[in-house]
Amino acid sequence: MDLLHGCPTGDSRGQATVFASVEQYLPLVKKLADDGYNMCSDLTAVDYLTHPGRALPEGVEAKRFELVVNLLSLDDRKRLRVRVQLEDGQSAPSLFDLYPGTEAMEREVFDMYGIAFTNHPDLTRILMPEDWDGHPLRKDYELGQIPVQFKQVNS
Amino acid sequence: MSLVQQTNEGGQELGARSELTAKELLREVGSVLRMSEAEAAALALDEIDPTTDQTMIINMGPQHPSTHGVLRLMLELQGETVLRCKPIIGYLHTGMEKTAEQLSYMQGGTNVTRMDYLSPLNNELVFSLAVEKLLGIEGDIPERAVWMRMLLSELNRMSSHLLFMATNGMDLGAVSMMIYGWREREQVLRFFQKVTGLRMNHNFIRPGGVAADLTPGWRDDVLSILEEVEPRLDEYDVLMTGQPIWRERLQGVGVITQQEAIALSATGPTLRCTGLPWDLRRDQPYLRYDELDFDVIVGSYGDAFDRYAIRLNEIRESIRIVRQILERMPSGDYRIQDKKVTPPPRARIDESMEALIHHFKIFTEGFKVPEGEVYVAIESPRGEIGCYIVSDGTSTPYRMHMRAPSFVNIQCLPHMMRGGLVADAVAVISSVDPVLGEVDR
Repeated sequence: MDLLHGCPTGDSRGQATVFASVEQYLPLVKKLADDGYNMCSDLTAVDYLTHPGRALPEGVEAKRFELVVNLLSLDDRKRLRVRVQLEDGQSAPSLFDLYPGTEAMEREVFDMYGIAFTNHPDLTRILMPEDWDGHPLRKDYELGQIPVQFKQVNS
Repeated sequence: MSLVQQTNEGGQELGARSELTAKELLREVGSVLRMSEAEAAALALDEIDPTTDQTMIINMGPQHPSTHGVLRLMLELQGETVLRCKPIIGYLHTGMEKTAEQLSYMQGGTNVTRMDYLSPLNNELVFSLAVEKLLGIEGDIPERAVWMRMLLSELNRMSSHLLFMATNGMDLGAVSMMIYGWREREQVLRFFQKVTGLRMNHNFIRPGGVAADLTPGWRDDVLSILEEVEPRLDEYDVLMTGQPIWRERLQGVGVITQQEAIALSATGPTLRCTGLPWDLRRDQPYLRYDELDFDVIVGSYGDAFDRYAIRLNEIRESIRIVRQILERMPSGDYRIQDKKVTPPPRARIDESMEALIHHFKIFTEGFKVPEGEVYVAIESPRGEIGCYIVSDGTSTPYRMHMRAPSFVNIQCLPHMMRGGLVADAVAVISSVDPVLGEVDR
């Protein structure tokens, strides 16, 4: 298994992926930024609550949440995906200092999953109202239902 | 309870300057305006004195006509000058990413097509490409389907940019331009209606190919659109590009530098206006864009005029691409002949029981997609639209995330507006061309 800056790498349908622990996450992204990955094109998360047995390389322990960061190198025209495993309630360092464009994306992840980012300048809900309960994209979030009753049906 | 307390919605909003400590202001200013710490510190020292605080916070939107939907901007003004700006979004949030987890891959197209409602075919395309990559059939898509996808995607780029011409003109007072832009766009939408059955929200590009073949006489239809739109673009040049009032209104307004645009992850015309030729059609080609001859349009000043001019010239480039596609459109199947993802043809259903069962199964259960995760990005009219899908082996996505270009580009607004006039705020919003359906999803 290849290592990139000490982190295990993977390949998903031909797309380069690197796995980092929370402690390795910020130093790894810093090194990658120095390597020429000058844009963070996307940052999102996945809640693996109901799908725990996913394929991960050796040495990477599956946890409930996964932070998915897509980095882009404009000069080399290549992409790299960083996947970080997170427990429920565990916070991740913010990438704001490296890529200010992640500000809104991290707020969205916080809003939808309740993953807190340390050193984020303005960690508030972005899409849901400020006083909303719960984080909608979590797998244990109750889906709303409107009971439908068929009235005036004579059997 | 004071009016401010009654109407305040909490921490998402821009706080009053007098209520902030110096440290909080520093952080807020630094984060919202993306300044270095030294710059923010200098600003904080200048402007923190509450006794001479002459600033006013006003709301622009969410129902302001020039905010392109339900974008709300909180502006701190000193006279006519914008000191701070904070975009507040979420008014159109309908949980489409959550909905996507309930819909099968077959139905997913109807969901994603409603995100960026001005370029629905590009949304469907990126979703289909991601699903095909997960299925491992991305190399088996028939040539005709690939070229049809390119044709539709380029026509959609034209219609989206034509609408930008219309709304940008309207926002800046060139009201006749609004009518012209809508008129030209209508021609493209009529063609879409003829081919896909719908003017918007087509669900036409599907995993495995497209839903139907092109209608008879499509070539003449496309040619008549091109012949009509092309001379009209020269009329736009006369009407707007060369006109002194138009130039005064746009040049030097909403300037962004290349470093800032890259740091803020801006893509599309917002990035290209700074002079960086980054277009996924050329730099990370998908479909058959590498076989086509076209130019990537860049600006040089990073202002609102450059963003306008880039879009105008991108329509010309799209016309050039469409002409090449017309010449090279291959014949053959319009969808993959893989029974797993393709429903049987309509005529077979009437005569074959197996075809009926197959049709029923594929539309009720959908098809299963192997486990895995992919991120696919293409160039939409607004920038890089990316689709991240995680599959757990069932027929619905475990997680579907759309990297919406407008959502990211909107972060540039505070930076572009800072120090400008409040009247220019309208020009700046318009020049970024956000689609709020995509911002909030």
